[in-house]
Amino acid sequence: MNGATLTLEALPARQPAIVVTRSRRPATWAGALCSAGIAVLALLPYIASQGFISDLVNLMILVCVATMWNALAGYVGLVSVGQQLYIGAGAYTVLYLAQHGWEPFSTVPVAIVGAAVLAIPASFLVFRLSGAYFAIATWVLAQVAALFVARFGSLGGGTGTAVPGLDGFGASNLLRDYYWLSLGITVLSVLGVYLLLRSRLGLVLTAVRDNEVGARSVGSRVMIAKRVVYLLAAAGCAGAGCVLAISQLEVEPGNVFNVQWTAYMIFAVLIGGFGTIEGPVIGAVVFFVLQQTLANYDVWYLIVLGSVAMLMAIWARQGLWGLLISKVPVHLFPVGYYVHNQPGIRERQGLSRLVLGRVVQSRNRGGHANGKPGTERAISSNHTTTGIAGETKEDR
Amino acid sequence: MNVLNAIIQGLLLGGLFALFACGLSLMFGVMEVINLAHGDIAVAAVYLALSVMAVTHIPGIWVFVIVVPIFVVGGYFGQRLFLQRSLDSGPITTLLVTFGLSVVLQNVLLEVYSANSQSVNIGSLVSGSVQISSQIELPYLSMIFLGTAVVALGAVNLFLSRTATGRMVRAVADDREAAQLVGADYRHLFGIAAALAAGTVALAGLALGMYTSISPSSGPSYLLYGFAAVVIGGLGSLWGTLIGGMVLGLATTLGSLVDPDFGAMLPYLVFLAVLAVRPRGLFPKRALV
Repeated sequence: MNGATLTLEALPARQPAIVVTRSRRPATWAGALCSAGIAVLALLPYIASQGFISDLVNLMILVCVATMWNALAGYVGLVSVGQQLYIGAGAYTVLYLAQHGWEPFSTVPVAIVGAAVLAIPASFLVFRLSGAYFAIATWVLAQVAALFVARFGSLGGGTGTAVPGLDGFGASNLLRDYYWLSLGITVLSVLGVYLLLRSRLGLVLTAVRDNEVGARSVGSRVMIAKRVVYLLAAAGCAGAGCVLAISQLEVEPGNVFNVQWTAYMIFAVLIGGFGTIEGPVIGAVVFFVLQQTLANYDVWYLIVLGSVAMLMAIWARQGLWGLLISKVPVHLFPVGYYVHNQPGIRERQGLSRLVLGRVVQSRNRGGHANGKPGTERAISSNHTTTGIAGETKEDR
Repeated sequence: MNVLNAIIQGLLLGGLFALFACGLSLMFGVMEVINLAHGDIAVAAVYLALSVMAVTHIPGIWVFVIVVPIFVVGGYFGQRLFLQRSLDSGPITTLLVTFGLSVVLQNVLLEVYSANSQSVNIGSLVSGSVQISSQIELPYLSMIFLGTAVVALGAVNLFLSRTATGRMVRAVADDREAAQLVGADYRHLFGIAAALAAGTVALAGLALGMYTSISPSSGPSYLLYGFAAVVIGGLGSLWGTLIGGMVLGLATTLGSLVDPDFGAMLPYLVFLAVLAVRPRGLFPKRALV
């Protein structure tokens, strides 16, 4: 495969028509399908029973926080055990503002932005550390926040208090409204991660996921990318916290700041699949279904899910989604590029220098960017450039 | 006088934290693993002790004779059969796997023993103390813990610095490939380190169970205290860990003078401050011992 680099150097001077696209047909279909799915979900309150809708709210919260945790750990390698800090921050902002006369739903944007702002100083502290240090420091921050908030009697102290201003809605209207809120926040979270990954910064993120040192060495702004993801994850978790506060009608420090949330996130992501957009969503659904199925057996669902997640972390890191796409190459969220016609990629503006660097690198390594023989991943993302890998074969 | 008493109690409490941190420090020093289930393993030791006592009726203070060896053996095989595999697939996997273990362990204990707080009954020893003055008394139990911490840290230190196996463990920690070239079986040596760590954490758990009552969900906060002691003392420095434990103990008792909630918060704040200012701890040391 050493010849691959040479091929790139010896490109012909002519300018053939080449096409760079984001997706092939399955993704287009998937996009349409996703939109239709969201529309159906949005209409559900008019069809489904209230019990089902209120279950779905919990699922939405789970999808949202799992997606956020995956953005941190799956892409930039930051294993946070303290995302409950932002869940709590969101919930308490809703409580505090509602106590001061705000309409509870109108506090949500403030809570989300507030959490992102809170994450800036926090990031400067925890980003001094890496690996296990980072994990424990985030955890300690969340503990401190929980102890700190519990000191304020007006916020309910250690036992929590009800969110005012929710009485006027009527139970079924309130349920419908916060269901829509949870759906909106979750869709925005997944969409946010998707758009981030498609941006230039997204290239850095996927590069960091595959090889952080390599990404640094080609000049990627890794720190900025990490910080952006950390802020995004804070905002998303705060959104989940808002939904939690409104749907439970009260805020309790032992609940919103519970490290259990991190366990949920980690288990969902490990089961669904690390470092993909689809994985956490699928993992959250599996988690939720199992939780509902084993609801009559106390905490056995956590024991089962935890054990499965541990085994998958060791033996099946790609998760359920990874296992699926290794068989059927379907991508719901295309974040990479397909190059349909081979030569001249050097001149393409859509491909940054970073990407080219990775193309050369991955070619030198035999075209297996993720170390998985047989897959055709060349450029920096979970599903990309079958064209380039294909080209190598033709050139020889 | 109150402050002086708080300082003395804090230093004594530091022994308990240091005992907790000993195993963490060892695991990190040898294989760069932070075991997030450390606190829950200690709690599991307490529940095992309760079961052993219920069956054999041996007095609480001697229950460690049975529990600690079980954990030493469990630590060795847990490392060889389970943790080693996650080590092989990278540091993130180890973090996630030990975190998963922590959650699973907590919930298994919850299922088996219920959420009630329990403690290891050691009779009248729990309240016995030496009266120094009207305000200051030294509880026997705290002194025993501090003594145990010093002995345990000293024994681990001696093992690593004076014995042939200990030297091999240090060699593997410094440079695994080079140690393998001269015939070290790193898997076996990691197993030994894990066995020692499990033994000390079982001891720490039993001490905790005698000192206060614990529930299945107590583990994580003691993990954080233990980790804080390791970080404050400086990674890989076992005696630094003892000092780190004492700093935390002081923060707890002095904070409690202000009010009890603040006593729970101050150690964390000290820990965050050390992380922010001196991430490598107060007494950093490159190599183990």
